Amino acid sequence: MAVQALDTARLPVDWAKLVQKLALPTALFVVAYGVVPAYASGYLVEAILLPFLALSLAAVGLNLLTGYCGQLSLGSSAFMAVGAFGAYNFNLRVEGLPLAVTMILAGISAAGFGVVFGLPSLRLRGFYLAVSTLAAQFFVQWALTKFGWFSNDNPSGVVSAPHLAVAGLSLDSATGRYLLSVTTVILITVLVSRLVNSATGRNFIAVRDNETAARVIGVPVLKTKLLAFALSSFIIGVAGVLWAFTYLRTVEPAGFNLDRSFQILFIIIIGGLASIRGAFLGAAFIVVFPLFLSRLGAFVFGGLFDSGVLDMSQRIVLGALIIIFLIAEPNGLSALFDRLKRRIGSRSS
Amino acid sequence: MIGASLGAAAYERAPEISRILAGVGPVEDTRRARLSAKADAILTLNGIGISFGGVTALSDVDLEVKSGEIRAVIGPNGAGKSSLINIISGLYHADHGTITIDGQPFARVPANHLARLGVARTFQNLALFGGLSVRDNIASGRVHTRHASFVEHIAGLPRARREDAMIAEKTDQIVAFLHLESVADRLVATLPYGLQKRVELARALVAEPKLLLLDEPMAGMTATEKAEMAGFVRAARDRHGVTIILIEHDIGVVMGLSDRVAVLDYGRKIADGTPAQVRADPAVIQAYLGTAEGEDSEGI
Repeated sequence: MAVQALDTARLPVDWAKLVQKLALPTALFVVAYGVVPAYASGYLVEAILLPFLALSLAAVGLNLLTGYCGQLSLGSSAFMAVGAFGAYNFNLRVEGLPLAVTMILAGISAAGFGVVFGLPSLRLRGFYLAVSTLAAQFFVQWALTKFGWFSNDNPSGVVSAPHLAVAGLSLDSATGRYLLSVTTVILITVLVSRLVNSATGRNFIAVRDNETAARVIGVPVLKTKLLAFALSSFIIGVAGVLWAFTYLRTVEPAGFNLDRSFQILFIIIIGGLASIRGAFLGAAFIVVFPLFLSRLGAFVFGGLFDSGVLDMSQRIVLGALIIIFLIAEPNGLSALFDRLKRRIGSRSS
Repeated sequence: MIGASLGAAAYERAPEISRILAGVGPVEDTRRARLSAKADAILTLNGIGISFGGVTALSDVDLEVKSGEIRAVIGPNGAGKSSLINIISGLYHADHGTITIDGQPFARVPANHLARLGVARTFQNLALFGGLSVRDNIASGRVHTRHASFVEHIAGLPRARREDAMIAEKTDQIVAFLHLESVADRLVATLPYGLQKRVELARALVAEPKLLLLDEPMAGMTATEKAEMAGFVRAARDRHGVTIILIEHDIGVVMGLSDRVAVLDYGRKIADGTPAQVRADPAVIQAYLGTAEGEDSEGI
């Protein structure tokens, strides 16, 4: 630490800043593309990293809509389903469609769907809007179950994900699916972080913080809200593709139920609203927490701690944590992280 | 802390600035000259009436605002002052009457296009964007001049960058004009009340409006802050020639600041004229000042 500090001190100011700015992204990049593919076990990738990446991306999408633009949505899982089934059908019905194009088309389907269910936001606010997005949730699950066409008339309604390949290179292995996931997530996250720091992102925040004032100064409120719905649904749709294709390896309506919508909402509440980093911290928490709880329960209570008890205690602890976060740290893990960093910084200097 | 020290400094400088900005001569003379030269009305209200659930908030109100003047609208609580401003800015729609803004007549002012019509406003209760910095709040006042799409913003294409640079320059000017440099990068929600009011004025001014509607810009301020804000309002008019409609409770401030004053009571206009005329009007004294006749009316 001390050596590094000295080194940066000797550099000209711009360089020091640049090093500081690039240090974290470079480290993340090395871990994402070097360390993880080389050393991570199959279990770590399959059970932790793949769901983490898909949920993070969905949370980034929902955070754009709810955290930045202030439109509460309980339909995330429906948008994931539209993305997943969209990708499955594009892949099935269009011969030789590249994977990237499939994913983009799936995202666009979800975006179109999101705009339709975002229309009530022009009239409704807060909880009333949340209820109307619930309609999306129930409608999508109903439609996907009712019409066999979506799952290619498969009798069980559960279809396996297609073979994944980019430029002839198979990505069906755990590492391949991980690389697909992590690349998609990084790409979209970079674009989103540019967006939220631009004038468009500030329009989102203006609409969230004071819609009347935003309208009067000339923010196109209707357009801004629908754009937030479209972009958010696009991202959540792509997250749905990752969830179904890389993590579950199956596409089924039951995987995209209301519980999943709530899970994504909890991720951004725990991680921190209007924070991209919060989406990742929250997703990490939500994915790792049940595993941690089951290990802890098995260690303390031994055989008594079966899956039923685990499921129940998980809900109880998670519910309590959400209440604690809402009261004690409304800005979530992201703010907690900042405070920790500041404290360490002030101690070392 | 910051608000107090900043405020005191600005208070010292504000009147001086207005004098400098207005040119060499005394402020009074340039003001008169400008008024007589551009006596055309920038805003005309004709027979405005509005009622909410059977309660009449305004009835048959006429108001004419000349280009370049500071026009105050005063009246007791519930007289309909804020309704009037909300009608002019299109947030309420009048039941009767027409509004003519810069020659364009409206039955309903389109609030979405208010900024493009050259009208900006502040709100009685603060209406800032708490999640944005002071600078970003102010910059948002020029959002109506932006044309670049979100794709251009993400990709950082030339048009988006050009707009950003242009708006940043205007924002810097207003930040300097209202002495907000020391707090420009702070989150606006962390500022003291008086400074937040000033940021709201900045957000309205940065749009370079022809007509500025100020809904109780000095409500809840200390005497020092009020005087300072009055200095800024006057300087804004003298510098940009912006026409100002001012709603205010504090009669002392209004009389010293405005060129003409309209008085509302129970939704009707009961007097209209120069501060001196209004002050002497028996109806006004009756309705607004009550038994305070002859006393110092400041601070009501």
